[in-house]
Amino acid sequence: MWKWLHPYANPEVSYHFTNKLLPWLSALAAIFLSIGLVWALLFAPADYQQGHSFRIFYIHVPAASLSMGIYFAMAVAAFSSLVWQLKLADASAAAMAPVGASFTAIALITGAAWGKPMWGTWWIWDARLTSELILLFLYLGVIALHNAFEDKNLAGKAAGILTLVGVINIPIIKYSVDWWNTLHQGSTVSKLGKPSMSLDMLWPFIFCFIGFSLLVGVIICLRFRNEILARNSIRPWVRELVKNNSSN
Amino acid sequence: MTLKAQSSQETENLVGTIDETFIDNALIENTVIENTALENTAQSSKPLSYRHAFMLVLKRDLTIAMRHKDDIINPLLFFVIVVTLFPLGIGPEAQTLSRIAPGIIWVAALLATLLSLDRLFKSDHLDGSLEQMLLSPHPIFILVLAKIFAHWLITGLPLLLIAPLLAVLLHLDEHSYTALLLTLLLGTPVLSLLGAVGVALTVGIKKGGVLLSLLVLPLYIPVLIFATSAIDTAALGLPYSGQLAIIAALFFGSLTLAPFAVGAALKVSTN
Repeated sequence: MWKWLHPYANPEVSYHFTNKLLPWLSALAAIFLSIGLVWALLFAPADYQQGHSFRIFYIHVPAASLSMGIYFAMAVAAFSSLVWQLKLADASAAAMAPVGASFTAIALITGAAWGKPMWGTWWIWDARLTSELILLFLYLGVIALHNAFEDKNLAGKAAGILTLVGVINIPIIKYSVDWWNTLHQGSTVSKLGKPSMSLDMLWPFIFCFIGFSLLVGVIICLRFRNEILARNSIRPWVRELVKNNSSN
Repeated sequence: MTLKAQSSQETENLVGTIDETFIDNALIENTVIENTALENTAQSSKPLSYRHAFMLVLKRDLTIAMRHKDDIINPLLFFVIVVTLFPLGIGPEAQTLSRIAPGIIWVAALLATLLSLDRLFKSDHLDGSLEQMLLSPHPIFILVLAKIFAHWLITGLPLLLIAPLLAVLLHLDEHSYTALLLTLLLGTPVLSLLGAVGVALTVGIKKGGVLLSLLVLPLYIPVLIFATSAIDTAALGLPYSGQLAIIAALFFGSLTLAPFAVGAALKVSTN
């Protein structure tokens, strides 16, 4: 596996690899998202209790789980950067952080938009909402720390340490918030349990979920490419690339 | 000798308005302690033991703190003033105050700790002794732990001592005093340990203060939740050993893990 992986530690090789990856990912993301969203928003049956407003979950749930997933991906990148000194892993973590923060924000906003008709209020201190909000703070901390350093290599390392500290803390925060919530709040809110979804609701959800994951992949690839170029701007291959692009 | 003079001059330039004689004294004291430590290692073939290294750093930090008493007193004053603001903002009803007293005291303690964190590594970074410390043959873990312990003695312990007074001002339930003290005793070290990670990450940055709060405060949430809940539970006369056990677990977890993160972060920050 290492033999197969190690060429990608070279920025040029990874740059061309992401270039090749991008059209495939974008095409797949477009297909899955257009099928999934059209199906979910227009054709899936309305929920018998929540009516049409449940449809926001086709965006909300993928965004929420991706917001967690991206943080863990960042932690893996940060770990490999610290252990194997891979500079590209830093670049990928830097590419992921704003995407994760945006998806966390999307999850929060769609959650609030759903909460208004359902719970009658934009915000309640529900356990999941609260831990999502704290996750947003953790993301913003990582991004802020990254921006605070002039030197991008140092920034990557510092942000990596913070990401790892955060990833240890996320489960602790999550459980403490859950516990706090059950302690302070009676069952004023009927939580959305996990009722067995009927199949004609589940399929569009699966399409949406895969579509959003691919979309995240596309955005991260684009940002990763820019990070590589920004960090290697003095290298000959980057100059050649720019020359070729401008002459075309 | 020239090196020392240079570094003290640099500090003076950087610090400027702060009383220069104090800094000089502290610097000379640092160098003396460090020099004796170095001589000890040089003369005796036996290397400095971990315990000795720990005690040396601890003593040095406490000596410096004793010469800058403002650093100890100001966070405490901040703590007291923040707590006094709440009754003024909310109203003097004893019932409301005693209901929110645990939260107020703990949030004020978090903020006071945050305010005092800056001095943990900043001055050492400016005068270069932090780099010397990192270059020393002793494990960073030990040295960092000593510094954090000194920080707790300077800031956490005074908070613990003054908290009962503030609890009286806020009409905290009389059953809760033990719980308040126990949670502060176990919880404030966690604040120092986790905060040290944040300071170590931001010590090289010019305007690290606001950034530090953004990094550290989310990590403080579990301590806040369990501590206030323990105090609330105690007010009801129920056993609160569960919450205490969790805070203790957080304490030991951060005690073992945080110094590693601090060491790694310091290496990044001092480059």
